[in-house]
Amino acid sequence: MTRYLLLMCGDETEPQIAPHPLADNETEEPCWMPWAREMEARGVLLVEGAQLQPTATATAVRNSGGEMLVADGPFAETKEQILGYDVIECTDLDEAIYAASRHPVALAGGVVEVRPVLASV
Amino acid sequence: MTAAEPEPDGKPRPDGKPRPDGNPVPGSVPSAAASVGPSPATTARAEAAAAVAEAAVTEAFRQEWGKIVASLIRMTGNWDLAEECTQDAFAAALTKWASDGVPDRPGAWLTTTARNRALDRLRRSKTEAVKLQEVAALSVPEEPAAWGDSGVQDDRLRLMFTCCHPALTLEARVALTLRTLAGLTTAEIARAFLVPEATMAKRLTRAKHKIRDARIPYRVPPAHLLPERTTGVLAVLYLLFNEGYSASAGDLMRPDLTGEAIRLGRLLAGLMPDEPEATGLLALMLLQDARSTARLDGHGELVSLEDQDRTRWDQAKIAEGIALLEAALRRQRAGPYQLQAAIAACHAEAPRPGDTDWAQIALLYGELGKFGRSGVVELNRAVAVAMAEGPEAGLALVDELAADDGLSDYYLLPATRADLLRRLDRRSEAAASYRAALKLAPTEPERRYLTKRLSEVSG
Repeated sequence: MTRYLLLMCGDETEPQIAPHPLADNETEEPCWMPWAREMEARGVLLVEGAQLQPTATATAVRNSGGEMLVADGPFAETKEQILGYDVIECTDLDEAIYAASRHPVALAGGVVEVRPVLASV
Repeated sequence: MTAAEPEPDGKPRPDGKPRPDGNPVPGSVPSAAASVGPSPATTARAEAAAAVAEAAVTEAFRQEWGKIVASLIRMTGNWDLAEECTQDAFAAALTKWASDGVPDRPGAWLTTTARNRALDRLRRSKTEAVKLQEVAALSVPEEPAAWGDSGVQDDRLRLMFTCCHPALTLEARVALTLRTLAGLTTAEIARAFLVPEATMAKRLTRAKHKIRDARIPYRVPPAHLLPERTTGVLAVLYLLFNEGYSASAGDLMRPDLTGEAIRLGRLLAGLMPDEPEATGLLALMLLQDARSTARLDGHGELVSLEDQDRTRWDQAKIAEGIALLEAALRRQRAGPYQLQAAIAACHAEAPRPGDTDWAQIALLYGELGKFGRSGVVELNRAVAVAMAEGPEAGLALVDELAADDGLSDYYLLPATRADLLRRLDRRSEAAASYRAALKLAPTEPERRYLTKRLSEVSG
């Protein structure tokens, strides 16, 4: 089993891509729940995951030779932002790619970056 | 070299069989080349043996390289190790086969030698200790089946799908395929793609690390992924062929690349007998390659299909291509490669340009367009329509295409327009289009061809 970080990326101003987890949902089931069930049925282990607050809440911190630099905003101003993440464990990249392709963010038109986690020795 | 890596002569024959020439264990008899003060006859014999060994190694390299690398990757999961040990086995064969004769089954000899070398190296590497157990466990029971041509899923097919995985860049897929399956050296691949060797080495290393670290699976994809991934493998092979057939820069043709593409296409078609598109691609490459000898004249100038000396077309390749195409089409699952092969076959079957069934070709391009809108396909359909129905009909289609901007950098659009205008004797308009094409033409012979045409309509 290999551990992957799925980084959900997209335009956070688009409600389709970055909805409130409970928005427009009468059953009050989070929109990622069907995905989680599908993954578990496939044997993909969901280690953890979360949706993030918008980048307006982000703070970038640097330590420049002992001097702490704190700034408002994400570390890079880009058209697409990091919206959330999931850490999964599965057999190989094909499984991880499949998991990413079925994620609500991907289905809504966002991008999912799949990154293997460096195994701790 | 360390002590644990003995000279080839220090070990018994790897497959443990008696030697075919009946000599005792190798190494116990000094080889002719090593004896002191050889007579001229002995030297001549040694040279002859070396030549025989070299020829056998060259032949085995073409046949066995990909197979050995593929099986070693499966066993060790280590691409660099697999390549290096395979390389070592071939180097050992050069010496060994010259002194002891070529073994009965060169492939088995090379595989065993490469595998033993891999085991040696893994044994000395503690971090790979776990892997070693797997190799040891795997290597015994698989011994007889792994060399057979049927029954077992071929490692080379796994290798092909892994090399052509969509998570790798297209350049990396092509380079990896050439390195691991075809056995081209990094330097050869770098030369073929006109990049510095260091760049190519970096590209290959990066791809292999990604396969390892991101865990790109080493397998033939499961059914739900197979159609898409097969398309990807076919695309890599056809790109390779085209890179050789109409090189994007420099020389007009690189027969080494077309040859490798056909060889790999043959392998893939053999490994995927139920995939008509694999057979279709092989047919397409053969039918196009059959014309390669007539594509350039004695001065290296490009000769248009119409003006080619058709007696110089390779009839054996045409016959094989058509037979393969017919077999593929019988499966009734037409696809882009089969359709392109069918178009190539229409040309190949016409003894003279005037005999070409252009109406059929226009129809086939129409079918091809259904698999995805492509300006290039539309342009070719326009040419076929022009041939079947007259230049005006073709020109109307070309002008429609020119209105779209998808083809604005494609020199064949103004070049085709120029040719149609020339046929309609609209000389000044033709000249303007030839000039536009000249600005976009990628290679020197293409520019010379256009210049010649330009002078004809300007004169």
